[in-house]
Formats: sequence, C-alpha cells, structure tokens
Amino acid sequence: MSAHTTEAYAPVFVGKRKEELDSLLTRYPTRMAGLLPALWMVQNDRGWVSEQAMTEVASVLELTPAYVKGVVSFYTMYHQHPVGKHFIQVCTTSPCLCNGADKVVNAFLEHTGCKELGITSADGKYTVIEVECLGACGFSTPVQINADTIENVTPDKVPVILAGLK
Amino acid sequence: MGYPQKSHPRETPVLSKHFGEGESRSLDGWKKRGGYKALELALQMTPAQIVDIVKASGLRGRGGAGFPTGVKWSFMKPGDGKPHYLLCNADESEPGTFKDREIMRWTPHALVEGCAIGAYAIGAETSFIYIRGEFQEPIDRMEAALKEAYAANILGKNAMGTGKTINVYVHKGAGAYICGEETALMESLEGKRGNPRIKPPFPAVSGAFGQPTTINNVETLVAVPHILVNGAEWYKAMCLSNPKSTGTKLFSVCGNISKPGNYEIVLGFPFKDFLYDLCGGPTAGRRFKAIIPGGASVPIQTVEEAEATLMDYEGFVAQGTMLGSGGVIVFDDAQSIPRQVARLTRFFAHESCGQCTQCREGTSWTTRILDRIVAGNGTYEDLDTLLEMAENMTGKTICVLSDSCAAPVVSGLQKFRHEFEALITGKRSSTVAGSQLAAGSSKLTTAGAPA
Repeated sequence: MSAHTTEAYAPVFVGKRKEELDSLLTRYPTRMAGLLPALWMVQNDRGWVSEQAMTEVASVLELTPAYVKGVVSFYTMYHQHPVGKHFIQVCTTSPCLCNGADKVVNAFLEHTGCKELGITSADGKYTVIEVECLGACGFSTPVQINADTIENVTPDKVPVILAGLK
Repeated sequence: MGYPQKSHPRETPVLSKHFGEGESRSLDGWKKRGGYKALELALQMTPAQIVDIVKASGLRGRGGAGFPTGVKWSFMKPGDGKPHYLLCNADESEPGTFKDREIMRWTPHALVEGCAIGAYAIGAETSFIYIRGEFQEPIDRMEAALKEAYAANILGKNAMGTGKTINVYVHKGAGAYICGEETALMESLEGKRGNPRIKPPFPAVSGAFGQPTTINNVETLVAVPHILVNGAEWYKAMCLSNPKSTGTKLFSVCGNISKPGNYEIVLGFPFKDFLYDLCGGPTAGRRFKAIIPGGASVPIQTVEEAEATLMDYEGFVAQGTMLGSGGVIVFDDAQSIPRQVARLTRFFAHESCGQCTQCREGTSWTTRILDRIVAGNGTYEDLDTLLEMAENMTGKTICVLSDSCAAPVVSGLQKFRHEFEALITGKRSSTVAGSQLAAGSSKLTTAGAPA
C-alpha cells in the first residue's frame, strides 16, 4: 500500500457499500451531511483516505474534490497517507502528562522500533503518535490502538500490549 | 458512583447508579431498572407540560455553560411547520472530563430515552447523538441500544404505539475538540469543517440544517427521565447550597489523586470533603498544589480556594473559577505549574480552528513563549506579554476556545507567579525536566505557526 500506487483505483461505493451509504443518507436532509460517514466507510475499508477516494466521495455526494479535501484535513482521525497496521495514539494532555504519559510515549517508540512520532516502523506494523485528550482522564494513560482504547497504560505494560496485538 | 472506584456513602448516585453493571446495557436489563417508564409518561403529556416540569426542576446544562434546560427548550415552537432537531452533544473532549463516556458505556438506553423525551418536548422528529470519533466503544454501545429500541418500536414512525415519529441516530465525529462547541458541532454534522458560527442567529432560530435546533449535553438529557418519573420537586430538593443549582452532578476526577473516577454528588457539596474523603486525597507522601475543577477551560484554583468551595455553579465562581463540565484535574506538589500550563495552551493551539486572529495567533504564540520559559530561556517581559495577549484573547472571538486558552495562563500567573519567575531567574524547579513533550514537541512545529 503506497501513496504512489500504480494500480487502478477500485471504487469504494459499489454494491453493498453503495446501499449502505444510500440508506444512511435517508437520515439527513442534505447529501453533504453524509460526508463524515462516507469518509469513515472509506477509511474502514482501505485504511486511509487517498486523493482518489476523496474524488470518488465528492462525486457520490455531489461535492467538489477540493471541498472534500478541506474537510478531511480539518479532522485528525482521517489518515491522508497509509499508516502502520497498528495505529497507536498515546494521550499526553495535562491529566495524563502529570501521571507520566511522556514515559509511555517513549516506551512505545522504543518497543515498536518507530524512529519518531508519526513515522511508521520499517516493518509497516506500527505508527505511534501523541493524541490530544482521549476523554478517559481517570484511566491515565489511555492509549488507543486502532479502534480500541486501553486504560491505565504504564511503560512496563507496553511490551505485553504490543505482544498481544494481532 | 465513583466508577471505577466503589460507590462512596456520601455520593447520591442517580445517573451513575448502574455504572459497572453489564446487565444495564440491554433493553431488558434497562427496563428491569425502570427504563422507558419516563418516555411512556412523556408521550402522554403535551410538549409544553414536559418543558414546564423541566423548568420547575431547575435542571441546568451539564456540558459547561449551565444554561437552564427548560428555558432552552421553551425557545422551540413545536408545530411551527418546520423540521426541528434535537442534538445530543457527546463530543466529550474537554481535558479532565470523562463522564459522558461512562454514561454511554454502561447505560446507553438512558441516553436513548433522554433523547426521545427531549425530541418530543421540542417538537423534533429527529435527534442526532454526535459522539467523538475516538469513542468507539460508546458508539458501539449506543448503536446496539438504538437497534434494540427500534426493534421494540420504542423509536421509529410509531414510537411506543403513539403514532408519533421519533428517530434517534448516532453521528460519529472524526477528531476535533472544537466540534464540542455547539455551532461547530452543527457544521460538522452538516458535513463541513468544524468552524464555530457567529451568534445570533441562535440554534433555536437557525441551527442544524438551518432549522430550529436544541443542543444538550449527554448528562443533561439522561437527567430528564428521572425528573419526569420522580417530579420536579424531588429534583429541586436535591440542593445543598444555592437554590439556583439543583440536582446531582457527575464530577470526573483525574490527575494526581488517590482515587480517580466519576463521582455523583448533590450540587453544593463541600469540595474539601469531596477531594479528601470521596477521592482519597493526594497520593502517598504528596500534597495538592493546584486544582482545575471544571475541565481545562476554567481558571486554576489554589488548594486554599478549592478547599473553601461549595460545588455548584455559583460556588465555583465565588472561588475564582467555574464548574464547567465537572472535570476535576488535580496537580500535586511534584508538578510544575508552568509546564502544565504550557501543555494546556499547546492543547488549545492544536485545537484552534483558525478562524479568528486572536485565537489562531494567540494560542500558538502563547505556547511558544511558555515553552521558552519552561526551557529556562524566558524573560520577565515574557510574563507581561503573556498577560497582554491573554487580554486580547478574551471575549473577542467567535467562540470561547481562545478565552479557554487564556484562562490557565492568567490564573497560573496570578496564583503561581513565583514558579514562572524561578524558571526565569535560573532557579529551575527540579520537576521541570527537559522533556520532549514539555518543549518543542513535533506538533506545533509542523502546524505552520509563524516564528
């Protein structure tokens, strides 16, 4: 999977996915309101949101590609490039920082082989980033790996957590 | 109850009574606990009757602003021929706050019921629950509850067999703190960047999709069924200090404290007892230094101020801060206030939508100065510049994100100025280590902020 793919783009919104989106659109008075849900469907299927996918979404929802890109870039959760198989987000906002979240970040960098935040490990398995408040401040440090939130992470637990990822 | 801690005898668990019980998540389990009786009652009343009861209860918005809920609902005019919308703000992102997460995880049907009642009361056929994208488990729990509610004809075109249409849907956010601001949430729901709107028009006139809209926090909506079943007088009687602050409130407690968790108390409870008795005080060998009682957006309190506070809307204001969302962040004597303030302003700089100059420039400029001070390279003039900028960032922008960034700076400098000065004069606090996160983290340097 690369941003510079030589393969032809296979549309997301065909068959079942198209039906799902059409059904979702009945909830809203505008097609534009389907944009965030449509982008989620793209990312769930493809792992990230490519330029081609943005163009497809624009076409399906009767928007322009530039408009869609503007929305994609506003939100932190849409990946505009491929990321590691395990996307690891460590909360480092104040309530977690005062409980040692910086050490949890360092432990993830060390044990995944990621050279720095946001750079995927050489084996393509891991990307580690800092994230702003995950809304689980009483369980510091919460770490989100793909869609799962793991509570009360300390540096010593990091190797076990990584070993348990499939 | 103090989930994940055990319930404390001095709590009054109404909304949080079933936290930690798996069974409360299912429709059957929820009905066994009295679920959907309130909706049944509500659908036999007129919308105006419901609004009057909620008004009489004194319930105020639990998301931060504390606006009276019944009054907000009364701005809507059911039957005006326009589509109305009820939005539930479940974009819980205020640092220190994690109560709505637990409400949705443990009692999803409570929120379905609250949304259905709220929608009916304001003449809306559609309610959207906007949940932050990171909350995958709460989203899954809510979706499962909605599926059950539709299958049981509690929701849909013939809600509870009354012939009334009530639809409730989940809308998933995608990572943006600012979307918790009510008009930014509406923009986001409509498929746009989450830029807050200029008010007026207010949502009751022109909200989601340009139609009359009411937006309420999760905790506000889940309180409504209890009020309908037990009566406004019952709710109003839950008050320990100021009659303008009634009912129970969930406080999320985190940071340097023995028992972090969600505690539910009657408004007006003494903050000192709350911190030392319910939450177990500081961790072994430490002392409290500073407390942010209402989420990252409210001013920092000293321990003395906190200990003199009664926990209600007025009580927190009287002690130099605000109740906000009820997210209590505690810092102990091992923490450096300048470092924590710098981290808070970094948060706001990251989350600024960039529409307003004071916020776009102010949040990142403030953070750069604070990082410089924390790194030991600050000057006394920097402190004046910070306060001057904070003044320019307060009350001058479309939304209050900019004000929220200024709050910890101003209160931090007022109350802990010696710590900033110690860094400037070279007496560096031992707790201010040269962390990657404390100074020059990768985030801001890549944000294109001017040098």
